[in-house]
Amino acid sequence: MQWLNILIQGSLLGGIYALFAIGLSMSFGIMRLVNIAHGDFIVLSGYVAFVVVQGTGFDPFSSLLIVVPVMFVVGYALQRGLLNQTLSGGLLPPLLVTFGISIIIQNGLLQGFGAYDHRLQEGSIETASLRLPGGIDVGVFPLLVFAVAVLSIASLQFLFYRTGLGRAFRAVSDDADTAELMGIDNRKLYALALGIAMIFTAIAGVLFGIRTIFDPASGPIRLILAFEAVIIGGLGSMWGTLIGGIVLGVAQSIGAALDPTWQILAGHLAFLAILILRPNGLFPRTRD
Amino acid sequence: MTLLRTQNLSAFYGDFQALFGVDVTVEQGETVAVIGANGAGKTTLLRTIAGALAAAPEAVLLDDAPIGARTPHEIVRLGIAMVPEGRRLFQSLSVEENLMLGAHSGRPGPWSLKRVYQLFPRLSELRRLPATSLSGGQQQMAAVGRALMSNPRLLLCDELSLGLAPVIIRDIYQCLGAITAEGTTVVLVEQDINRALDASTRFYCLQEGRLALSAPTKNFDRAALTAAYFGL
Repeated sequence: MQWLNILIQGSLLGGIYALFAIGLSMSFGIMRLVNIAHGDFIVLSGYVAFVVVQGTGFDPFSSLLIVVPVMFVVGYALQRGLLNQTLSGGLLPPLLVTFGISIIIQNGLLQGFGAYDHRLQEGSIETASLRLPGGIDVGVFPLLVFAVAVLSIASLQFLFYRTGLGRAFRAVSDDADTAELMGIDNRKLYALALGIAMIFTAIAGVLFGIRTIFDPASGPIRLILAFEAVIIGGLGSMWGTLIGGIVLGVAQSIGAALDPTWQILAGHLAFLAILILRPNGLFPRTRD
Repeated sequence: MTLLRTQNLSAFYGDFQALFGVDVTVEQGETVAVIGANGAGKTTLLRTIAGALAAAPEAVLLDDAPIGARTPHEIVRLGIAMVPEGRRLFQSLSVEENLMLGAHSGRPGPWSLKRVYQLFPRLSELRRLPATSLSGGQQQMAAVGRALMSNPRLLLCDELSLGLAPVIIRDIYQCLGAITAEGTTVVLVEQDINRALDASTRFYCLQEGRLALSAPTKNFDRAALTAAYFGL
């Protein structure tokens, strides 16, 4: 029963990792952009929510009404104004530029908010729990986060496979030059893609900010978790990304159950093991 | 009436010059063939017209308006569509999705999914399949259909016959008649000279990036074509 508990708690933890990974997976899948600043955008979203909560008295959930559009605009403008210019020269230029953006965000946040921890407070839901048959207690908030992750991925799947915009995203991912010849404005589409990716980044940032403290330097660890979830799941596969998050979460829970200091290490070891056994991840889709 | 004109058109791949001051004219409603040996610049000419390669603004004129500096998606919107060499269907899209993507620019006109399926009934049966699971000839039909979905005034066809069996090439060229009957102007690039000349009213022959010969396809001088083609 203890192991079932670990499995459930780990899976729920995986929900937040999957949310971390959605934006990264999208920007790589559609424009082959490896966004090194992705973790910092998650943290930035947390700070934007913090400012909104302070300024308006909204609770963190309601602050999403403002944080989500703000981050969409940030993503759209960043891709349109800067990142589009880096995409023609191979993988390295966007890596360097987003690395620079990562440093700017971290230091900007340090300047503006100091090095202290911040947290978003959502009240009683944070500690509420449900008792499942068999005596397993499940936190309401982790359950909610997991549901949001599943819903996010389902809605993206719908976007990709049931809408004209999604068709254009897939076409550009397959062959950007030919897509342009068929009348698609790739630059505008890329800007929309990063904007949409930032919607999920914002949701991840706010939910994680409720769950855990964050400070200006906590972006890179989020980035690594997101990378691991994407790669375990297989590049370009959204449901794979969810599975990747769950694998990470379960591995961390198992590690923590054996010895609390092993939690993070166990996740990385699971990632390495999958990289060795299945270098393309569990459900690879994107071909280069 | 002149639909498309290039004047003193030059094109480059980096430092390499592929076209040297090419002047071609395409009249509304006609079918023009562009022939030439490998590397003569046929595909380059089409790609430059389609905007995939940069040109001087005034070097390409559509209805006498300069379009040489426009991006490919703008040019599709203006009514020029391309059937690229090697088909280049989107591999993660189904046949029907490939066709619908061709309509992305939203140009109004006679062509719709229904009309494309009437033209290529086989595609209708295969519409749910991934585009790459089709045979070469079926893929070529899908690529032509995809270009038609943007309701072009000018259709650029690059090597329709590439890698296909003669009987399938014949089928595809028969469909070209239905396309021109809608008033669509066609520019054909072909290595298969006889096929290209049969389907067109006029031809240009390119040789090493320069225009070597231009003539109507009826009663032209075979010897002159041979000389222009091989550069003898």
